[in-house]
Amino acid sequence: MEQLVKLIPLFPLISFALIGLLNRRLTKTHAAIFACTGVLLSFIDSVLIFVSQSSHFHPVEVSIFDWISAGNFKASFSFLLDPLSSIFLLVITGVGFLIHVFSIGYMKDDDGFRRFFAYLNLFIFFMLVLVLGNNFLVMFIGWEGVGFCSFMLIGFWFKDQKNNDAAKKAFVMNRVGDLGFLIAMCLIFFTFGTLNYTQLFQPGFMSQFSFDATTITIITVCLFIGAMGKSAQIPLYTWLPDAMAGPTPVSALIHAATMVTAGIYMVARTNVLFSMSPDTMQLVAIIGTATALLGASIGLFQNDIKKVLAYSTVSQLGLMFLALGLGAYTAAVFHVVTHAFFKALLFLGSGSVIHSMGGEQDIRKMGGLKKHMPVTYTTFLIGTIAISGIPPLAGFFSKDQILSEALSHNPTLFVLGMLVSLMTAFYMFRLFFLTFHGKFRGTHEQEHHLHESPFTMTMPLVVLSVFAAFAGFIGFPHALGEKLGIHNWFDHYLEPVLGKTASHLSLSTELTMMGVTTALVVIVILIARHFYVTKATLPMAENVERPAVQKVIYNKYFIDEFYYNFITRPLDALSAFLQNFFDNKIVNGLVNGFGQVVVKGGAFVRQLQSGNINAYAITFVIAVILIFSIFIF
Amino acid sequence: MLTLLLILIPLFSSIMLFAFGRNHAKAIAFTASVAELAVAFATLNAVQTGQAALLNIDMPWLADIGIRFHINTDGISMLMVLLSTLLMPLIMYASFNRNYNNLHTLYGLMFLMQGSIIGSFVAMDGFLFYLFWEIALIPIYFIILMWGGNNRQKVTFKFFIYTLFGSLFMLVALIYVYLQTPDRSFDIQALYAAGRQLPVVEQAWVMAAFFLAFAIKMPIFPFHTWQPDTYYVAPTPGVMMLSGIMSKMATYGLIRWVLPMVPQGIEEYGYILIVLSVISILYASFISIVQKDFKYLIAYSSIAHMGLISAGIIACNAQSLQGSLMEMLSHGINTVGLFFVFDIIFLRMGTSEMKQLGGIRGLDSSFAFLFFIIVLSVVALPFTNGFVGEFLLIIGLFQANAIAASFAGLSIILGVVYMFRSYQTMMLGETNQLTAGFTKLTMQEKITLIIIVTLIIGLGVYPKIVLGITESSVQTLLQGIQ
Amino acid sequence: MQLISGIPLIYYIYLSAAMFSIGALGVMIRRNAIIMFMCIELMLNAVNLLMVAFSSYMGDNSAQVFVFFIMAVAAAEVAVGLAILIMIYRNANTSDTEVLNQLKF
Repeated sequence: MEQLVKLIPLFPLISFALIGLLNRRLTKTHAAIFACTGVLLSFIDSVLIFVSQSSHFHPVEVSIFDWISAGNFKASFSFLLDPLSSIFLLVITGVGFLIHVFSIGYMKDDDGFRRFFAYLNLFIFFMLVLVLGNNFLVMFIGWEGVGFCSFMLIGFWFKDQKNNDAAKKAFVMNRVGDLGFLIAMCLIFFTFGTLNYTQLFQPGFMSQFSFDATTITIITVCLFIGAMGKSAQIPLYTWLPDAMAGPTPVSALIHAATMVTAGIYMVARTNVLFSMSPDTMQLVAIIGTATALLGASIGLFQNDIKKVLAYSTVSQLGLMFLALGLGAYTAAVFHVVTHAFFKALLFLGSGSVIHSMGGEQDIRKMGGLKKHMPVTYTTFLIGTIAISGIPPLAGFFSKDQILSEALSHNPTLFVLGMLVSLMTAFYMFRLFFLTFHGKFRGTHEQEHHLHESPFTMTMPLVVLSVFAAFAGFIGFPHALGEKLGIHNWFDHYLEPVLGKTASHLSLSTELTMMGVTTALVVIVILIARHFYVTKATLPMAENVERPAVQKVIYNKYFIDEFYYNFITRPLDALSAFLQNFFDNKIVNGLVNGFGQVVVKGGAFVRQLQSGNINAYAITFVIAVILIFSIFIF
Repeated sequence: MLTLLLILIPLFSSIMLFAFGRNHAKAIAFTASVAELAVAFATLNAVQTGQAALLNIDMPWLADIGIRFHINTDGISMLMVLLSTLLMPLIMYASFNRNYNNLHTLYGLMFLMQGSIIGSFVAMDGFLFYLFWEIALIPIYFIILMWGGNNRQKVTFKFFIYTLFGSLFMLVALIYVYLQTPDRSFDIQALYAAGRQLPVVEQAWVMAAFFLAFAIKMPIFPFHTWQPDTYYVAPTPGVMMLSGIMSKMATYGLIRWVLPMVPQGIEEYGYILIVLSVISILYASFISIVQKDFKYLIAYSSIAHMGLISAGIIACNAQSLQGSLMEMLSHGINTVGLFFVFDIIFLRMGTSEMKQLGGIRGLDSSFAFLFFIIVLSVVALPFTNGFVGEFLLIIGLFQANAIAASFAGLSIILGVVYMFRSYQTMMLGETNQLTAGFTKLTMQEKITLIIIVTLIIGLGVYPKIVLGITESSVQTLLQGIQ
Repeated sequence: MQLISGIPLIYYIYLSAAMFSIGALGVMIRRNAIIMFMCIELMLNAVNLLMVAFSSYMGDNSAQVFVFFIMAVAAAEVAVGLAILIMIYRNANTSDTEVLNQLKF
């Protein structure tokens, strides 16, 4: 078992090394085969582990080597396999493999084909390290590692400085979060003397130490700041929409299915700490809700197919944090899983569309793709229904669980959550209708080029759509499930790590809620249909003057401009001031001034040395007289 | 014996080079530096097996005033010796295909510098330390003066005077403590004992005097103004020696001479130095952001890193000390790497102004890749050597002063801003007219960078090699303080 | 002897003090190197006079030995000094010390 666990991250690492080292000496096909095999092997490995552990889970600890130790600080490079990491392993390697396969077709004509797969493999490696790590520091390796891979992949087409700017922005914003993570680690070590999960989360371990509630609140807030950066929550979310500059499979894998959910994984992993601090939980719930609302509302007016999906991701991540903040850790993880399926599906579908459109991403220029790309169309529809939350597709179950948790905790949050899911349904169907229905609005050339994507691209779509359709049943609603005799396998599976989900609604409330939400969602979809199919309205063009509210939302609430004017520019100005004035004039001026004083002093004293013998003689005599007078008097 | 050999080999090679090296400068220099590295490894073996007889030399020298020729290598010294012996062949090798006049003189001076720097790392006598400390200044002065760029007279003059000025304060403090010793001795243990008996305020003054000397050499804000210009005009081998090895004399001195000598002074007033160091980190990071020239950027980022090391040393616990030692090694390797990258670019493009460059990645992707790994190490990404040091430093500093550590942590954000910005401007984007002429790296350049990158990743993945060397010595040092 | 002791000591002191002052004043204010030279001689001889006077009043001859020494040294000094002066004059065409002020800094 231990060997199997060690192997999981090793496969992608090996294929990364192979592709990276051999690079040009490999044909594209071989590179693709290496890359996919690496991930596939990890997937098989994860499945093996999962199956062998399915009856009763024994957490496995694997220590590989001592990494950093100094004084009483010890952090070994070690892995922990428990239900939580096992779920994430399956998602990462499974979805990762499909996206690898998809990329073969998508990146076929790109010069950086090998490079792309190398990065993708490296990313998978770091992501696996992230979820397998048995202490915070190993998680941090993965945490920073995926950030780095994300940087490389967002700026994959490095000739365009806009991509590089987006990549840098993503990395810097992630780093802001990482600082929170780093400080949290320092505090945890300072308070508990260890960073090791198994030790730290052992029942009764923390009670041996004396600490006050504030410490825990600070620790969890710092951890949450880390999560904000990685999972694109307010105020650190602006990098994620920009990150769409990368190739679409990257958006699917990194910026939808896996990396951005690292924040949720982290909070779920440290749920013991979070549960100890109600204040932080409240903060998490509020930030989550706010982000969900913000992302969804911006998504309503976006016209770039990938940007819509990006804001949708921001919004869905917000919902997950809402669940976390309510203490419903399993609900959040459940949503991570279903979201991974349908969002990866949607992104890949959009990739297929973009591929077919020859790089066009503006939905105002699409339309009527239904007949050209039947497979993409069908799978995209499944993904759209799934994310909108219509039973019995996957999104329904996970969203329902979150909403029912919200209802039993705080009706306001429930209403807001509801609002988010309605907006989601609206913008997703808007996107869907504009892309696939109606008449084609692109250029003639593009229309000629339209085609269904090759098998390597459609196969992952089909597989993912199957999951997006049926994955929900692993987390069947409790009350209804009891009645029907369907067990909520997912909650039960994660119980050893995440604890029992606290509250269950009564059967009648649950059914009413389901009915109402579904009805509302259907109504919203019909409205969208009315607008974009029946009336065939188009979103406004770029340069049209919009009504005030819409203008603000369309421009993403001017948050980017706000950051630029109130953070970036002042800091740049400060740097320039420090360099040009303070450093050059004051600090260096003082040092040089010191030198100048000596030089000037010398120049002054030098005057006495006139060279005139008479003057010397006079000085001499006066001095002698003075000395004698001192002796005499 | 081995310790003495460590000092003598460079000195001897330097004489050889001055006298007979005109025709075989490269061969002699490289062989000698590798031989020195071999001796360093032998010493490492002796240190780890505890063969004190091979390491310790203690003979009377100027006995009348209590000066002894006492040298010894413990774990801390060993690491510093390894740093300088490891970098030396690399610096030599990096300069092979560059045309320097009077190569043998250059190498001779470099060896002279190495010898005296190693001397200061192993000296266990206050006077001897001071002697080596000052001697090391002379060769670098001539290296910059003879092979430097524009405006070198003025810049080197400032550098020399500034550093010398700082050292005098150290000398005064050293003599003050010496006068407190019962039998007038400069021996390290006697100085420790005398220093610890001083009243707290006097300890603080001694600390301040030492720190002034070290702060100038590291350098730390506000004593840094000599550094950017000096780095800028210095020839590449010189600046590598200066930033990679010589600046570590100061941080080493802080560990060896200040912490154990005036522990109460550090405890009571050390926070001032920590604050100063943290200001230095942020200040230099901010200034780095607006740098237009890559070489200046390296110079300022170097100040930021040295500030972190210094803060960690003053924090004085196992994590921060281990971290600072690790970071000294990493910083040495990384700056040598960065300056070599600068050298590669400058040689080809004739400029290091970042705005003028761009798109080099498209022309030589392996160069870009190697460069990027160095950048990653500078911004302390896990699995690079930079991370291990910085993480330990921050976690150690956090225990001494949580707020200072949080501010110091800001450097990981600012570091990304300026390092990535410079990488992006120089390497990414479209190729322009100037960079279109960028020729691929030669084998020699590639090998040099690969060695550096291997060290970066190797030490990042398995830092125990380094941490193990210093562990017991740091423990001993901390026990002595308590 | 008789002759010397016939005059009270204090007069010698007055005389040599006056001579010395004249000499010193001359060195200080005159600008011609030759004259300054002569003034120096005057100061030397003022001292010599004092020495001889004291020596005969105290009945100790050793001071007179010193006088001879001083006279010999002064002669040597004159020889060297005048030679230098001549050389300076040849080079600079002057013996004015206002002009000869290059020996500074």
